[in-house]
Amino acid sequence: MTFVREFALAARLLWRDGRAGELHLIGAAVVIAVAAVTTVGFFTDRVQQALNRQANQLLGGDLVLVADRPLPPEFERAASRLDLATTRTMRFLSMARRGEKNLLTGIKAVSEGYPLRGEVRIADGLYGPDRTAREPPAPGTVWVDERLATGLGVTAGEEIGLGEISLRVAAILTQDPDSVIGFLNAAPRLLMNGADVGATGLAQPASRIRYRLQIAGEDARIGAFRAWAAGRLPPGSRLEGIGDARPEIRAALERAEKFLGLAALVSVVLAAVAISLAARRFLQRHLDGCAMMRCLGATQGALVRLHLVHFALLGCVAAGLGGVIGGLAQQGLAYSLGTLIAVTLPAPSWLPALQGVAAGLLLLLGFAMPPLAGLGHVSTLRVLRRELGAPRGMGLAGYLAGAAVIAGLIFWKAADAWLGAYVLGVSSAAMIAAGALVWVLLKLMAGVRGGVTWRFGVANLRRRTLGSIIQVVALALGIMALLTLTLVRSGLLAAWKDRLAPDAPNRFIINIQPDQLEPMNRFFAARGIALPRVFPMVRGRLVALNGRRVSPGDYADERARRLVDREFNLSWATRLQADNRIVAGHWWGEEAARKNQFSIERGIAETLGIKLGDVLTYDIAGSTVEAGVTSLRKVDWDTFNVNFFVIAPPGLLEGFPASHITSFHLPAGRAGVLNALVKEFPNFLVIDIAQVMTQVRRIMDQVARAVQFVFLFTLAAGVIVLYAAIAATLDERLFQATIMRTLGASRAQLARANLAEFAVIGALAGTIAAAGASVLSAVLAQKFLNLSYAPGFAVWITGVACGSLGVALAGYLGARKVVNVAPLQVLRSLG
Amino acid sequence: MSKSSAAPIVRAIALTKQVNTGNIRLTILKDVSFEIRAGEAVAVVGVSGSGKSTLLGLVAGLDTPSAGRLMIDGVDLFALDEDGRAALRGRMVGFVFQTFQLLPAMTALENVMLPLELAGEPAARGAARAILERVGLRERLHHYPRQLSGGEQQRVAIARAFVTRPKLLLADEPTGNLDAATGAQIIDLMFELNRENHTTLLLVTHDEQISRRCARVLRLAGGMLQDT
Repeated sequence: MTFVREFALAARLLWRDGRAGELHLIGAAVVIAVAAVTTVGFFTDRVQQALNRQANQLLGGDLVLVADRPLPPEFERAASRLDLATTRTMRFLSMARRGEKNLLTGIKAVSEGYPLRGEVRIADGLYGPDRTAREPPAPGTVWVDERLATGLGVTAGEEIGLGEISLRVAAILTQDPDSVIGFLNAAPRLLMNGADVGATGLAQPASRIRYRLQIAGEDARIGAFRAWAAGRLPPGSRLEGIGDARPEIRAALERAEKFLGLAALVSVVLAAVAISLAARRFLQRHLDGCAMMRCLGATQGALVRLHLVHFALLGCVAAGLGGVIGGLAQQGLAYSLGTLIAVTLPAPSWLPALQGVAAGLLLLLGFAMPPLAGLGHVSTLRVLRRELGAPRGMGLAGYLAGAAVIAGLIFWKAADAWLGAYVLGVSSAAMIAAGALVWVLLKLMAGVRGGVTWRFGVANLRRRTLGSIIQVVALALGIMALLTLTLVRSGLLAAWKDRLAPDAPNRFIINIQPDQLEPMNRFFAARGIALPRVFPMVRGRLVALNGRRVSPGDYADERARRLVDREFNLSWATRLQADNRIVAGHWWGEEAARKNQFSIERGIAETLGIKLGDVLTYDIAGSTVEAGVTSLRKVDWDTFNVNFFVIAPPGLLEGFPASHITSFHLPAGRAGVLNALVKEFPNFLVIDIAQVMTQVRRIMDQVARAVQFVFLFTLAAGVIVLYAAIAATLDERLFQATIMRTLGASRAQLARANLAEFAVIGALAGTIAAAGASVLSAVLAQKFLNLSYAPGFAVWITGVACGSLGVALAGYLGARKVVNVAPLQVLRSLG
Repeated sequence: MSKSSAAPIVRAIALTKQVNTGNIRLTILKDVSFEIRAGEAVAVVGVSGSGKSTLLGLVAGLDTPSAGRLMIDGVDLFALDEDGRAALRGRMVGFVFQTFQLLPAMTALENVMLPLELAGEPAARGAARAILERVGLRERLHHYPRQLSGGEQQRVAIARAFVTRPKLLLADEPTGNLDAATGAQIIDLMFELNRENHTTLLLVTHDEQISRRCARVLRLAGGMLQDT
């Protein structure tokens, strides 16, 4: 037969199978697998982009070009050629006046289009309800923040003096997106129209003005602009993205990505289990047909080719449908998250859909192919003797290729070798444990005496040992995945959120001199504000690495250049902070063996190419300090605690001029405290990170919603697994029930036997699943998400209870036919 | 009935089949030799376990002998590999089974079309429809096996066996699952089609009445052919 004819025949066979309902299960499994993988793909693609954009609100754009003199217009032109939106801002410090009062104020002059990302919010009066401002302040007017308003005693409608002119206060500024980054946050803030700057006379050539060009648009175009601009930056200018500016946000985004990746992994594992069960059942039901076709003259090769095309076609149709569902689902998701994010989501790419389809096809072929190869060898004598079993390839070996595909998918979707290894390891261990446990129990049960129903049930389970093991293992994996995604997910998310408590520090104070520590403590105590730890800090510039001088020119990476170009904050400590984890080398502890050692934050070490054992030389106030790197630390920046890139043991840095840094929580509505603080300690620099924290909290909320959305697919995959596991033995049950009923068993007896058997299977699977979910979540929390989380007893109770009740109920409903169908009908259908 | 003078279409030479069950080597067929000429109708009879079905399986090339040879239309069946035997079956042999062996996902018409489709015949539908009408199932073309009675299912199986116009029809207890009246109708139909198509018939049966309708009877006992 030619290929075209074979293809056409395979298509006809597929059509006939589909019409007869033979493809419902396997088709649904593939559709759900592809839809889940596709939707999750969109999460890590489109939603990730949205989260990044939201983080970019803190910058006011996707990228900012910062310079200490006016930027040449070629940068704006280049951005506009790339279809990127731009807006210019100027920032400087100046005195704002009202009557006799003067206050050093951080002034931001903005132009049309500001802000490109995020929103400016204003209120008509102090502590009044605020709203989004659609336009910048009109020329001749300014918006002032709470501190400036209270400091100068000015309200909306009154005038304040700025340089040579007076400007009317039009509103109280409650939020401006890019105020937290790279600006003197210590000062009260004022927003004015860029057109008025000239008239103030404040922009003189010698003035310290920061010129910023904010840029926004598609990721690829931003990347192109970044590449174009990097080589053309005038002296004294730099490019900033959000990752460069705020490590806390970067850490939160990384964690968000890991949560989504985890949800994706669980869906993939579940979908794979569903497909494997469905493929097995499909092939078992087709054994007789294959034997018949061999009788009718089909060669082994032709049979294999027919089924290969059959499965490929089925895969394409089901995967295509899954891809479409995934596409629609992500539109729904975009809508749900879009309203929350208040930015237009970037258009989805086709890649996640293609990846989903590829994953579905791979899973289907991975599980169907090995037994398919066995179908060619099906004994033709089966037509004469039904008792001849399934060909080789239908057993455990047949699952190896499928297992390999799952392993590959796990590593692909995890995008992190360790995460993949942990998930794979725990899943495999759970499967092996489940298999071994069932095997042992079946052996033990054989010796237990019982009634006829018991004997019948146990004999059934023992006779199809492999089938029973596969059934329990599949159910255990399914329940484990569901437990991980429900109880454990909410636990992990709660643990993440807990780290950012409502009273977490939201202001940093730097530049505290040693003799100011006592007065500062008294200041806060008098106002009832708790002050956390104070850390010593010296500033030093990295001048040599392993004795070789380093300069910005040694690095291609822009961040590395900047790090080398500026002074580092160095500190000393004996105790490792709770949000730090040693990832290489050893921490010195209470008694450091030697003084000259450094512990470096991992990210910065990677950026600067510093390895364990390297010797770093810092220039601190004209003297050099040399020490070896004895440990690398992973810092959880999203805890918002004070943290340092470089730490030494006590004894190395104390001799150098040091200042101190601390953080504290300023309750809402107490801006007056800051004014008093800056008045009493004029050298203090106060950094406001409240908006960054709000942003991180929002990211957490969105991740929680996104994971919930994925959970819908996981739930659907779980239902398919449950059904497939029950359907796997349905034909056999049907036949046996017929015999039993013919021999006089009542329907109630059969129903009870079924219910009992499924409840035992469910309880067994639930127990194994609870163990698996506990181990998996503990390992993931500790090793991967850096969260302290211990799964509670609820996991066990839910696992066992839901396992036995759910499986018993589903089994009873699924196998209802066994009890209700007329025996003659079964005998006839069995031919 | 007189023996046909045509050349033998089946020629078994000292067919032996042994199987290992645990430590015991069981002989199911021993030195079975016979010839069947084209157009002949031959019954194989014997008690349960006498080796009837095994003999049929060997003649169909569904199983291989431990010793001996089998020629189908002059071709040494066991000199061919499994695919070669399958191709020969597709070309020359039709089957009717006790358990009908219809594919449950296909309608009556599609079940009958299948052997033609596997052979790459373009006009499968017309031929299948015609023969189903011939066996009296004009109204049942689009019914699934589960919607048909036992007798109707066996009619479909007979239509499927004859649709390729085989030279040799092998039937394994074709009335074993049917009541006496329906069984008699099925046997009548099979003999009619056999005559119309000049097919050679090898029929395994318990039923002495059916075996009497055949030109010759091969009697098996303990795996050996008795004189008839």
